[in-house]
Amino acid sequence: MTVKARETCELAIVGGGPAGLAAATLAAELGVEAVLFDEQPTPGGQVYRNVEATCRRQDDLPAFLGADYRGGLALVERFRASAAAYEPMSAIWQVTAGGKLGVSQRGEAYLTQARRVILATGAMERPFPIPGWTLPGVMGAGAVQTLMKASGLVPDRPTVIAGSGPLIYLVAYQLMQAGAPLQAIVDTSAQPLIRSAFAALPHLSGAAGELFKGLTWIAALKAKRIPMLAGRNLVAEGTSRVEAVSFEADGRRQRLATSLLLLHEGVIPNIQITTSLRCRHEWDPAQMAWRPATDEWGATSLDPIAIAGDGAAIRGAKAAVPLGRLAALDAACRLGHIAEGERDERAAPERAALARQHNFRSFLDRLYRPIESVRPLDDATIACRCEEVTAGDLRELIDDGFTDLNQLKSFSRCGMGQCQGRMCSNTVGRVLAERLGTGMAEVGHYRLRLPVKPLPIEQLALLKNADRNSKPILPVVAGDPSQRI
Amino acid sequence: MIKTDVIVIGGGIHGCCTALHLARRGLRPIVLEKNTVGRHASGVNAGGVRQLMRHTAEIPLSMAAMTAWENLDDLLGPELAQNCEFIGGVGQIGLAESADEMAWCHTRVAEMRALGYDFEEVIDVAELKRLVPSVADICRGAIISRRDGHANPFRTTQSFRLRAEELGARIFERTRVTGLEQSDAGWTVTTNNGVFQAETIVNCGGAWAWQLAEMVGEHLPKSHFASTLMVTTRMPRFIDPVVIGIDRTLSFKQTEAGTVVIGGGILGDPQLDAETADTVADRMVESAETVYEFFPILRKATIVRSWAGLEALMPDVIPVIGPSRVAPGLWHAFGFSGHGFQLGPIVGSVLADLILDGKSPIPITAFSPERFTPEGTLRSASH
Repeated sequence: MTVKARETCELAIVGGGPAGLAAATLAAELGVEAVLFDEQPTPGGQVYRNVEATCRRQDDLPAFLGADYRGGLALVERFRASAAAYEPMSAIWQVTAGGKLGVSQRGEAYLTQARRVILATGAMERPFPIPGWTLPGVMGAGAVQTLMKASGLVPDRPTVIAGSGPLIYLVAYQLMQAGAPLQAIVDTSAQPLIRSAFAALPHLSGAAGELFKGLTWIAALKAKRIPMLAGRNLVAEGTSRVEAVSFEADGRRQRLATSLLLLHEGVIPNIQITTSLRCRHEWDPAQMAWRPATDEWGATSLDPIAIAGDGAAIRGAKAAVPLGRLAALDAACRLGHIAEGERDERAAPERAALARQHNFRSFLDRLYRPIESVRPLDDATIACRCEEVTAGDLRELIDDGFTDLNQLKSFSRCGMGQCQGRMCSNTVGRVLAERLGTGMAEVGHYRLRLPVKPLPIEQLALLKNADRNSKPILPVVAGDPSQRI
Repeated sequence: MIKTDVIVIGGGIHGCCTALHLARRGLRPIVLEKNTVGRHASGVNAGGVRQLMRHTAEIPLSMAAMTAWENLDDLLGPELAQNCEFIGGVGQIGLAESADEMAWCHTRVAEMRALGYDFEEVIDVAELKRLVPSVADICRGAIISRRDGHANPFRTTQSFRLRAEELGARIFERTRVTGLEQSDAGWTVTTNNGVFQAETIVNCGGAWAWQLAEMVGEHLPKSHFASTLMVTTRMPRFIDPVVIGIDRTLSFKQTEAGTVVIGGGILGDPQLDAETADTVADRMVESAETVYEFFPILRKATIVRSWAGLEALMPDVIPVIGPSRVAPGLWHAFGFSGHGFQLGPIVGSVLADLILDGKSPIPITAFSPERFTPEGTLRSASH
């Protein structure tokens, strides 16, 4: 054993993005024995990925990535300076309702019993199932941005970005600055950003700066004459890899040859762990995503489990910090380190900070309601990419009478592959809801069990601190192998 | 109000198969399923089609079932039979690591021969290695039943359901029985989805079957459990037979999809009222450990999912098949105690014979509810 199993902890925080970092830092400052588990080798999450090393670079990459990204450094430094323990390169493959975490660290697995858990597992890019979306050369725009932050990798071949939301303009701006051969942006949103922006200005108290930033990216892209087109009904074309993207604009089909197509229509909460916990979830019609139900502190329907940040509902990195701090205050209170009065008093400025973010988020939700990624799939379009199940396959089963999401999974193997259903749960749900003429809330989402991250058999076999006496009492007498259950 | 001749409560494999056989014999059965067909143990079991190492009371039933498996075309038609993904003749093999296990294999085969059954045999290491080249060099030999194999449990249950429907059975999903009353007019079954009437009721309620019995004042064992399975990502084909442990916690097979399904008596936490079950990592370790020791090829394989199915468990680990002790016209078929899937094609045929002819050609007295006291505990004499 090279890994030392951490058998217990008072508060476990899962995820090292802004919510997790803020929660761990504040909890530790309040005297809680807080441990932050994160998959990455360094703190920052997806949004501030690798921010310490990137900020030390001598080239222009830190400048290209922008002041918002570099601003994450302060959060990381405060976390580093706190008494919170840090377990990097740790995948969490289970969380039980009793607060028992399964940790996989440098090739070894162990279990940790926490008194309370804050899940800060953030968001994932909304899957974008259009014809051809599984071709090599089609990626998420967020994934490319992550590569840029994590390893300084910048695309070197003709690139088109398609979708909607501020991130496509940010990534386009960052790519352009870093010298990537950016061909065009295809905006799929309902109306051009500028028009809706002016309409929304009165509602943006305190967040006008955010909007202004978006407008500066667009201005910079315009100055470099990057074509910005409006388009619908995207198709990724190609045989063995993507060769072009086509779309409808002004009533006719247009085609752009490209070697890299980046798709993005926002992010959705990552609900793998909360689903496996059978926490109560709600369908959020504004964000078109499932989210775990939480109270004003981020507490879920299960006593020891709370959520901070985008994992509860998409509110962005700026809101993640006060959300993380609220979850930490509640944890410190429930764990007996501070009284309710102190918790509520300390919560006031956090709630004020959240309120400032709130109007801007509602504006974004209204403006960037997903369109392309949630339009009805053609029969030939793949819904589950791991098992290559098409929308047509699913519709055939639904018409045969399999009207339950998990039945569709059992029958077609959709959601059974390597991604454990992350990528297709909503798509398959949507195909089902459309066919039955019902809503997403009615069809539900996949049932999930551990491991919520793939776990090698040898890690499970060599797991040292399992409770081997954990057995239910059964009426059966063991002994004769032919009288087994 | 919907009237018919027989109502089957529970849309698992035995409920669907019972409806199929009743419909085949000209009746108009209705299946009432509280969730969806195959939602619990029937749809999510390991899919073993195993005669090997069965309780001797189950062997006549199991042998008849094996013949039915080998002739699924007759029962289901070619398309639905294929849909079951049944692979027979690859064998199920019980691995003997210790001298005690090897000795048990010899004793078992001798006992079986004395009873007139010759489908189990002891094999040596050379034959084991020929059949399972990937097994580690820690086995002394094995016990095998060569006709055995495996099938896809969810697809099989659905095939039985679809065939039953083709023959005129009606399946009501999301239809939960809330009341069961008998009068001169027969049985009245109240559900969330309407009222049903029939002369005969078959209780195939699995883990919840005892609750249906309680509705007519009959007490049967309430025990149930959640058998857990874990599954790897797809792997290149490396094994055809199903392997199981004798004293060790082991059971796995490679499915048609190439994934490896690992079980062997791992227990989950059943949630009878919530109608689900949680899998428990602590209890999965032992099973992973056995796989690690016996099959080094699987050490780096990745587990991507686990699940558990709720199933009734009888204290003597054999099912309840037979007439109710208190209510004429009510038949029970449940309590398969974790190994009912292989019996899937035959139990319904036995019930159809019992209901229509009053007797079964296959001996089933060992499964009678009479072996329990009126309070629902096992009578010590019959054990």
